[in-house]
Amino acid sequence: MAGASLRDIRGRIKSIESTKKITKAMELVASSKVRKARENAERTKVFYDILDAAITELESSGGFENVFSKKREVKKICYIVIAGDRGLAGGFNNNVFKLVAEDAGDIPYCVMPIGKKALEHFVHIGKEIVYDKYPLTSEMHVGSCVEIGKLVAGGFRKGDFDRVCVVYTEFVSMISQVASLKNVLPLPKKSDVENGPKMLTLYEPEPEEIYEKIVPQYISGTIYNAVCESLASEYAARRSAMDSATKNATEMIDDLTLKYNRARQNVITQELNEIVAGAEAL
Amino acid sequence: MSCFRLQIVTPDGVAFDGEAQSVTVRSSVGDVCIMAKHIDYVTTIDAGVVKIKDADGEISKCACADGFLSVKKGMVRIAATTFEFSEDIDLARANAAKERAEKRIAAHISDADTHLAEIKLKRALTRISAKEK
Repeated sequence: MAGASLRDIRGRIKSIESTKKITKAMELVASSKVRKARENAERTKVFYDILDAAITELESSGGFENVFSKKREVKKICYIVIAGDRGLAGGFNNNVFKLVAEDAGDIPYCVMPIGKKALEHFVHIGKEIVYDKYPLTSEMHVGSCVEIGKLVAGGFRKGDFDRVCVVYTEFVSMISQVASLKNVLPLPKKSDVENGPKMLTLYEPEPEEIYEKIVPQYISGTIYNAVCESLASEYAARRSAMDSATKNATEMIDDLTLKYNRARQNVITQELNEIVAGAEAL
Repeated sequence: MSCFRLQIVTPDGVAFDGEAQSVTVRSSVGDVCIMAKHIDYVTTIDAGVVKIKDADGEISKCACADGFLSVKKGMVRIAATTFEFSEDIDLARANAAKERAEKRIAAHISDADTHLAEIKLKRALTRISAKEK
């Protein structure tokens, strides 16, 4: 009996040790990727900032009201949901999905999923999928974001939906990533538009026309920025999830080793007793 | 010749930042060439070839997809979705992309799909012409 239990414990220790090796490796991979992804996110920010400044200036130059900036009654929302391609990253994916469900309330919505997990989730709960050609977050590049930007801007103009949001995970720090939501359309009004000084700038073609052309780009810039940040967050989330998994494994191994040694001692004591008893009987 | 500061930014980072004598872009109202001391100006850029004449007078050709150009206080900024110098363009890849896009347009799976294929085709054609000319 004791022998069998000894073997059991030894087997369990071995299996936990190999799990620990895997989680440790995943942690290392994630932490090397997180650095790269963060640099990427920083770079995309420059582009996004320039577009943002251009849009603010355009708004202040002309007193026009555009389809893209006009608020209208929200009958349907379109969420661009950016999640991960894989699990094993703590609550990373679920937090994003929860935020979507919370924000939508009773208003019907459709989804533009980015990332395998996002696609799987929204297909599973039976939501309308706008376009499902972008299943992998890690393979998103500028071109695909431009395509999404154009599709979404076109859909908004046609009235397919009345509000467009990007839901992604904001990278706060290595240990903190927050699911957040950014309104994309209608464009949030900049507060200082009215008071700013008028610029003497030549526009070719008219400001409104330029505005119309820049908006889809602005959207794609926003999406790309969000994708890069989500990716960095995913790696960071996976890193901390795997870190705690490795810690748990170490703890379990310690526990089991203690148990194993005790069991081993028991066996020896028992054997000794048997020998002594046998000797006495003679 | 006098120069101005030219900065070209794409979502992937800064593609060019330095002095230039002139820059020619294909704007939505026609080809526009910007030189030093230009008035503050904003225009949108269609997919097309961009020519930069740098401080030494050397001309480099680049493939640029949609973006916009702004001149502000003598500084010229181009924000484009993609921007590639001709030496970085892979002609074989561009040709393959062109054929793929043409096939997709011919197949016409859906309006959205054809629309995307058209964008891809335009981009491939721009790359090819930036390389060839």
